[in-house]
Amino acid sequence: MSDLPEIPTEDEIQALVDGRLDPARRAEVEAWLSENPDEAARVAELRDISGAVEQVYGHLLERPIPARFQNAAAPSMARSPVWRVAAMIVLVAMGAAGGWFANDAVGPGGDPNVNLARGAVKAHQMYAREVRHAVEVPASEEAHLVAWLSKRLDAPLRAPNLDVQGYRLVGGRLLPASDSGPAAQFMYEAESGERLTLYVEQNLTGGETAFRFTEYDDVSAFWWKDGPLAYVLIGRGGRDSLLTLARATYQELNP
Amino acid sequence: MPRRSFELMETHIPSLRRYALVLLRHDEPLADDLVQDCLERAMSRWHLWRRPGNLRGWLFTILHNIYVNDVARAVARPDVVEIQDYFPAMAVPPNQADRIRLREVTAAIQELPDTQRQTLLLVTMEGFSYDETADITGVPIGTVMSRLSRAREKVRAASWGETRENGRRIT
Repeated sequence: MSDLPEIPTEDEIQALVDGRLDPARRAEVEAWLSENPDEAARVAELRDISGAVEQVYGHLLERPIPARFQNAAAPSMARSPVWRVAAMIVLVAMGAAGGWFANDAVGPGGDPNVNLARGAVKAHQMYAREVRHAVEVPASEEAHLVAWLSKRLDAPLRAPNLDVQGYRLVGGRLLPASDSGPAAQFMYEAESGERLTLYVEQNLTGGETAFRFTEYDDVSAFWWKDGPLAYVLIGRGGRDSLLTLARATYQELNP
Repeated sequence: MPRRSFELMETHIPSLRRYALVLLRHDEPLADDLVQDCLERAMSRWHLWRRPGNLRGWLFTILHNIYVNDVARAVARPDVVEIQDYFPAMAVPPNQADRIRLREVTAAIQELPDTQRQTLLLVTMEGFSYDETADITGVPIGTVMSRLSRAREKVRAASWGETRENGRRIT
């Protein structure tokens, strides 16, 4: 070791700032810095950056973990680019819960998006409580059901498989759409008896939307538009659990 | 098995969420979606995790890849986030001068090019070694070092600039 410590490299300066320089070399670099005040000042400022990061972001580790992450423990359904869904998820609560539903000023001829969600929720409330006549065509005739509804809606429908999420297809039915024309309803049921419906109608206004969320009474709904069709997924259990189902549905529809 | 693997991952959720949140400039729903995707992907690829291995590094690698491949492209860059809201939660409330400096530093970090920002955050905020950071970001260690140096220089210039003599130090 000479009297004049070797000039530290930039990598060594970085390692010094991060406290990752071995002790011997660290002593040399610090000796060199004591002779070079400009560099010493720079190093102090670089260290202050780390201090600021800790001060501003340190507490973010203490946030409680939301319950939604428990869902990741369920068997995974990650098989298609999940992120396309995530990027779409701009949750927009449509006004106060129930507010727009209760507003009869928005009827036929009103906002078609509101009509879409309203029609779907009404259909859900009508049929989800039916025990014997919940569906028109049972899941045992799924191929026929899907072909029939596809023909009536003039678009290739699919009945998403939600087995992994714990919901099996009960069947489906044809309905009048919110504005005009036909709509389809697929019904699902969990072991608990909890029911979920997916309402599908033609996307007459066109365009693609993000997931939209709304609540009415005891049901929640996500609706979105994608290509020729508009979808509304309705169930109980709140936003987070329904969101997981909506994402799974979307992935099933866009494999 | 899924339950067990989730328990192992669970301890890393707070730091994954923090990294995602800062990466996505405090868009909390989007950040949590990113973490959830990361966890789901890790679950589905659990057999690929080499044990004994660095689970935390592996999870960050997955999160990094989802971010780079899917999110960074999908998410249009928003305006720099107002970080004022994040101050009240800090253990020691900074005085006014320090507060301004903290804002300058964090704003400058958010202004960095993505690769430099990721590198700086992985090293300083998450405490990953240079080797681990190279693994996570999929680049040679030399690239990590140069990104780190450039990132810090930019933040320093933006936060201290020519006013170094007058500026107060944050601690």
